[in-house]
Amino acid sequence: METSQNSYWVIVLLMVVAVAFALGPLAAAWAWARFFSPNKPGRDKNATYECGLESKGDAWISFRSEYYLYAIIFLVFDVETIFLLPFAVSFGGLPVGAFLAMMVFLLLLVEGLVWAWRKGVLTWK
Amino acid sequence: MIDEGLRSELQKQGVYTTTLEELYNWGRANSVWPLTFGLACCAIEMIAASMSRYDLARFGAEVFRPSPRQADLMIVAGTVTKKMAPLVVRLYNQMAEPKYVIAMGACAISGGPFKQGYNVLKGIDRYIPVDVAIPGCPPRPEALIHAIMTLQEKILNQKLTGPDRPRHLVKGAPSEFPVPAYGGHDLEPPSNPEIWQPPVMKR
Repeated sequence: METSQNSYWVIVLLMVVAVAFALGPLAAAWAWARFFSPNKPGRDKNATYECGLESKGDAWISFRSEYYLYAIIFLVFDVETIFLLPFAVSFGGLPVGAFLAMMVFLLLLVEGLVWAWRKGVLTWK
Repeated sequence: MIDEGLRSELQKQGVYTTTLEELYNWGRANSVWPLTFGLACCAIEMIAASMSRYDLARFGAEVFRPSPRQADLMIVAGTVTKKMAPLVVRLYNQMAEPKYVIAMGACAISGGPFKQGYNVLKGIDRYIPVDVAIPGCPPRPEALIHAIMTLQEKILNQKLTGPDRPRHLVKGAPSEFPVPAYGGHDLEPPSNPEIWQPPVMKR
């Protein structure tokens, strides 16, 4: 009884070694950077980007909210396909309830398509 | 410091001695990480040098880093146009100390065949300090390997104390060099007078 309980200490020891193995090099790198490395910050060195060009403008740009239309159309055409394929494969063995549920699901998505169509989203301008 | 004769005597008996400086330089020299950065056709030779046929990995210099913050060797491989020069200097500034520069090919050294061109920088040494220059148009991969060996020799022989110590150990020495701006006809300034002076002709 007691030996079987004690044997789990090996796992604890393994965990401690694993954590030390992960943190040891990090700590060594931190200590080296803190005490030995020549720290010479500057305007260019502290810049965010590393492509050689200076960054222009603000990173906080806003996206147009009209993109929700693309999300809806994507859902109708792409996600529907994913659900339709297994539905078609197992069509022969489906009970009536499952068939009706799938039809309701299709109806909801087609409703979205009809709505988008009437809104004129599908017309190429 | 241990006497050179005593040292070789000890080495014959199987006792090897070293100094901190030698260990530090040995580590530095054998882990030179170049920046993945090519400007023109010389870069193709640089790529060839890092691939299996020429195998730059034998010198610990195969780890081409895509970020200047992880690199310590800039191989200026190719023609530096005036449009590209500020970018080169800015990338050099972003590299961590200690850092070295190899000017690869005639263009990077002096402008090469395009020296008369209105838009070509006549040598990258006008803006950043060059450690090793390789002539050639383009230099063969062997020449680049030779340049890296030369650089390693240079690093191995560097003293860490005294007036000749590397720049990164000098307190207050700049790690960034002024980035030129695009002017109306030329870069402003056309060169960094602190590190480059036009050659004086003696008559």
